[in-house]
Amino acid sequence: MNPRLAVWIVNGLLAGLAAVSLFPLLWMVSVSFMPHGAASTLPTPLVPASLTLENYRTLFGSIGMGRYVLNSLLIALLATVISVSFNTMAGYAFAKLRFRGRDAIFRALLGALVIPGQVAMLPLFLMLKPAGLINTYGGAIVPAMASVFGIFLVRQFARGIPDDLLEAARIDGAGELRIFTTIIVPVLKPILATLAIFSFLGAWNDFMWPLIVLTDDSLHTLPVALAGLSREHVQDNELMMAGSVVTVLPVLVLFLALQRQYMEGLMAGSVKG
Amino acid sequence: MTRHGAAAWILAGPALAVIAVFFALPVAAGLALSLTDFDLYALADLSTLRFIGLQNYARLLQTPLFWQALGNTLYFVAVGVPLSIGLSLGAALLLNARVTKWAPFFRTALFAPVVTTVVAVAVIWRYLLHTRYGLINQALEAIGLAPVDWLGDPQWSMPAIIMFAAWKNFGYNMIILLAALQAVPHELYEAARVDGASARRQFVDVTIPILVPTLVMVGILTVSGYFQLFAEPYVMTQGGPLRSTVSVLYFMYEEGFRWWNLGNASAVAFVLFLLIFAVSAVLLRFDRESGRRE
Repeated sequence: MNPRLAVWIVNGLLAGLAAVSLFPLLWMVSVSFMPHGAASTLPTPLVPASLTLENYRTLFGSIGMGRYVLNSLLIALLATVISVSFNTMAGYAFAKLRFRGRDAIFRALLGALVIPGQVAMLPLFLMLKPAGLINTYGGAIVPAMASVFGIFLVRQFARGIPDDLLEAARIDGAGELRIFTTIIVPVLKPILATLAIFSFLGAWNDFMWPLIVLTDDSLHTLPVALAGLSREHVQDNELMMAGSVVTVLPVLVLFLALQRQYMEGLMAGSVKG
Repeated sequence: MTRHGAAAWILAGPALAVIAVFFALPVAAGLALSLTDFDLYALADLSTLRFIGLQNYARLLQTPLFWQALGNTLYFVAVGVPLSIGLSLGAALLLNARVTKWAPFFRTALFAPVVTTVVAVAVIWRYLLHTRYGLINQALEAIGLAPVDWLGDPQWSMPAIIMFAAWKNFGYNMIILLAALQAVPHELYEAARVDGASARRQFVDVTIPILVPTLVMVGILTVSGYFQLFAEPYVMTQGGPLRSTVSVLYFMYEEGFRWWNLGNASAVAFVLFLLIFAVSAVLLRFDRESGRRE
């Protein structure tokens, strides 16, 4: 094939795919600034004829979107802080410390990966009910507080820490927990950033569990609130697009800012072993 | 052997406790629950609870809506998974081509839908698929095709959801396949070229065999993820029209949290688990056999 033609075909196809990938997102932003009803005219406009913040005003005014933003933010942050701590501690222990049953437990954890989370949801709901955790932030974050994937990711990374480093610290008389906080955590920093993004995005985007456990409207997260609104306001497309912008923008910005760590984590997690 | 015992348990303990209490225990309880007639009455008064063996499972097999949900989900998996992975592979090959310019930009752009919130982008797509004002139908009409009632016609509702899911998810596997492609040693292609292999032969004889293990892994993860279809029909179609987009999980959600038939819903969850497990096992076996042949 003519090499110049190949350049055009390959880059042309990629440009086409990029356009298809980005168009719905760009269009969402565009429609969110259109006045009520403007997107339901023919031909459907691509850009607003006149810009308005009316949709955002309605969202944060009468609909009270601020409350849902706060709920999502608190739940995602809590889940991230707790799961990053727990997974890091456990991942390091599985990589570098010897304890009875370590390998058997780790194999069991990996085996548990084939069980879809929804299998646990119904009984978990029944367990949390008498504990008073239904309709609380605690109930929403409970299943996200530790993950096999997170433990696995940290373990892979921590295995690369030289044993000499640990032995030297032990000879100096440092206790195991002190070694963990002063030596290990700083070394693991890059993977902690990766883990934090995964946890945050996972908790922010989660839908089914918050839908089940947070039935009280004032506790809804953004996805749950948006799904409810979209069922009520089927005709209010401009308003719904503004709601989608508020829901998607934070995670998209976070991803763009920390893209390198995210991609590295994705690839590290996909390595067999 | 137990030298670090205490410290190790302090460090690993919290995560293991969370997984044991909030995952392992509920899974075991779910299995028990699926053997009972737990319903709204049992929710109010546990003494009405009865052990009924496999009756929930037997009843499911006689429930037409369950079979429809199963069929819809299998349709979504059977068409959606190959479509998504095909797109991922195509995009990864394009990104990996030597003539590609601006690869980092394209990579980010193609990946962007993956990090978005399903519910939010489903809301966007619901409007893109609108019969009258949707841009997809306007594009079809512009090239002379008839508009389609995507979300209102039971024949088109599932294809529309599949299209949406492929758009949302292909970037994820694309990155994993791209990493696998970049790990192929250049010498292999050099050797093939010296032997006079055409670009097509290089692809078939060098690239594909190296990608097979990654494709199988990606296949297992994607099948498992696609079997868990829920948010898309919840937002875009509410299971309709004519129940054409009720998935197994959607059925489980309605059984469990709308009608409070928690025993029955647990049985649905376990059937889903068994399905995912069986398909994964078949794919793994396929991987081992193809590995043995080489």
